[in-house]
Amino acid sequence: MTAAGKLLRTAGKLLRTTAFKLVLAYLFVFATLSVVVLIYVSWHANALLAAQLNATVNAEVTGLSDQYRQGGIRRLVAIVEERSNRSGGSIYLLTTMSGEVLAGNVSGLPNASLAEAGERELPYRRVGEENAAPYPAVVRVFVLPGGYRLLVGRDTEERERLSAVISNAVQWSLALVVVFGLAGGVFVAKRVLGRIDAMTETARTIMAGDLSGRLAVTGSDDEFDRLAGATNAMLDRINELMAGLKEVSDNIAHDLKTPLTRLRNRAEAALRDARTEDDWAAAMERVIADTDAMLGIFNALLLIARAESGGARDKLAPVDLADIARSVAELYEPLAEERGARLTVAAPVAISVLGSRELIGQAVANLIENALNYGADDGGEVRVEAMADDETARIVVADRGPGIPEADRERALDRFVRLDTSRTRPGSGLGLALASAVARLHGGTLALEDNAPGLRVVVTLPLRVPTLAAPPPKLALAAPAA
Amino acid sequence: MTSSMKLLIVEDDREAAAYVVKALTEAGHVADHAADGVEGYELASSSSYDVLVVDRMLPRLDGLTLIRRLRAEGAATPVLILSALGQVDDRVQGLRAGGDDYLTKPYAFAELLARVEALARRGGPGAGDTVYKVADLEIDRLSHTVTRGGQEIVLQPREFRLLEYLMRNAGQVVTRTMLLENVWDYHFDPQTNVIDVHVSRLRSKIDKGFDKPLLHTVRGAGYVIRDGGR
Repeated sequence: MTAAGKLLRTAGKLLRTTAFKLVLAYLFVFATLSVVVLIYVSWHANALLAAQLNATVNAEVTGLSDQYRQGGIRRLVAIVEERSNRSGGSIYLLTTMSGEVLAGNVSGLPNASLAEAGERELPYRRVGEENAAPYPAVVRVFVLPGGYRLLVGRDTEERERLSAVISNAVQWSLALVVVFGLAGGVFVAKRVLGRIDAMTETARTIMAGDLSGRLAVTGSDDEFDRLAGATNAMLDRINELMAGLKEVSDNIAHDLKTPLTRLRNRAEAALRDARTEDDWAAAMERVIADTDAMLGIFNALLLIARAESGGARDKLAPVDLADIARSVAELYEPLAEERGARLTVAAPVAISVLGSRELIGQAVANLIENALNYGADDGGEVRVEAMADDETARIVVADRGPGIPEADRERALDRFVRLDTSRTRPGSGLGLALASAVARLHGGTLALEDNAPGLRVVVTLPLRVPTLAAPPPKLALAAPAA
Repeated sequence: MTSSMKLLIVEDDREAAAYVVKALTEAGHVADHAADGVEGYELASSSSYDVLVVDRMLPRLDGLTLIRRLRAEGAATPVLILSALGQVDDRVQGLRAGGDDYLTKPYAFAELLARVEALARRGGPGAGDTVYKVADLEIDRLSHTVTRGGQEIVLQPREFRLLEYLMRNAGQVVTRTMLLENVWDYHFDPQTNVIDVHVSRLRSKIDKGFDKPLLHTVRGAGYVIRDGGR
């Protein structure tokens, strides 16, 4: 490609950019504005000067009329003579009715200019400068008693000069606005264009399948950095959701195939071996129980998926966390007692959070079930607490069992994971994952801590500010803390 | 003990509907079937039913609109909504549209039957009484006292509500999920037998030491309080 062609292409691209269009628009606005301002100023300055001229001429005329009234034509001639010799912008001419000059400093006026009284503008030459170019002047002509004509005027060259200066200024400022505006526009457009092009390029590679690509963040914290940051966070979230989706499908394949196989085997065995009515009934009951267990897994998966998509956020209402903790603990208390464990609850004060009683209740139920199943099989203690500080509300479910080793804690929140050998116990393996998803749905977190000994599950939720109409918690774009 | 009911099943899955109609007939009820929303609406507004069982997703006229129309016309027939959507807000939507109860598919027939019978009885004779009575067991909802054979039984508040719900539906099977919903106001499925433990605690208080048990377990369905076993 030739250099000229390349330049043309760049220019064409530049012309199509939003920044450049904006620059043109602003250029037009500013140019128009500066012209309007200058025209306004020059118009007013002209008017002001004209008024001043008029006032001066009027004052002179009044003075000369007085002199004429008091001293007759002779005195007037003497005074006009005397004033004519003064330097300055005033011009005088006194003639008889027939046009013979009695006194004055003007020559070469057209004859007709003295014929009538009144005010007019005309070119004049001073006495002794008959060959020079005429100057413009504003004059007033009076017809005095006796037919004398008196002309008094002011040179208007000052005014003309001002006009020239202003029109000059208009031209220069227009030129400057256009030059600097265009240059600035080209600079801004090029810069913006460059960064946007870089972003588009990155976006293309990401779309092409490389989800690990990220937009460059320059650290200047300008709009582009913020856009890049938000886009990167969005990509992180998409990545996370994709990974989650893949994991779910892998796990569904694995964890649902197992009970499905078992179900199928049972049905087959019944078909083959069942002889009596009772055999059939027992086989069918087991089939139904297996089906129910699978439905439970499905429901939990759906709930997790929904919680993670954040779809239910706008339906949250103020609920009392302490009340939920107490009611769920109360629901499980007899079960704990039956198993020889002790379930205690400490939720003394009401804690208002924006949430779903149903989902939080289910999360707490799952945590308590987990604690009873894994942390209190030999008659330990399970403690449920609800508390709040200035900004966050917490529900804690703690047991005194073996706990989870620190290295396994992150994995424990994954779907379907049942650590160690506990696969033979009841449960879908979704309890913790579900509780964690519920926490995230509420804009909170779930953390696994060491209860020394035992496991301490802490669900932290944002506290509802009671005085304000609290907006639903914002969708967290960033990846949740592991 | 349960009197026969006339029911309308509005369900587009003909096989499922046929099964439900057959099972309801076996349970001593009369059930009609409508295969889409419009047919269901016409049947529901032309003849009188004790309970309507309406699927949410129906051809021609969806279940919620059907219920809204019936309610707008002043029909007070109890409605049980069936739905494959089991999420919390779907339930709320269904109840707001005018449904009285909500059952998520797939369901056990025993669950459907128990809920339909509870709906039909609701607002029936005895529903507003302050004292419920089964054999020699009495519960006074105003003074919060329970007596059996004239002997006072002390119950925890939740046990009281559990007994109250069972007694209000005396003679009718109530399922574990019905108990969780109506006594604890939670709609999730506990994975363990929490409800059973509560019921057996209650049973030990009201039946222990008396020769005739009143609180019975119905296998594969739930519990029932009644005078005389089956």
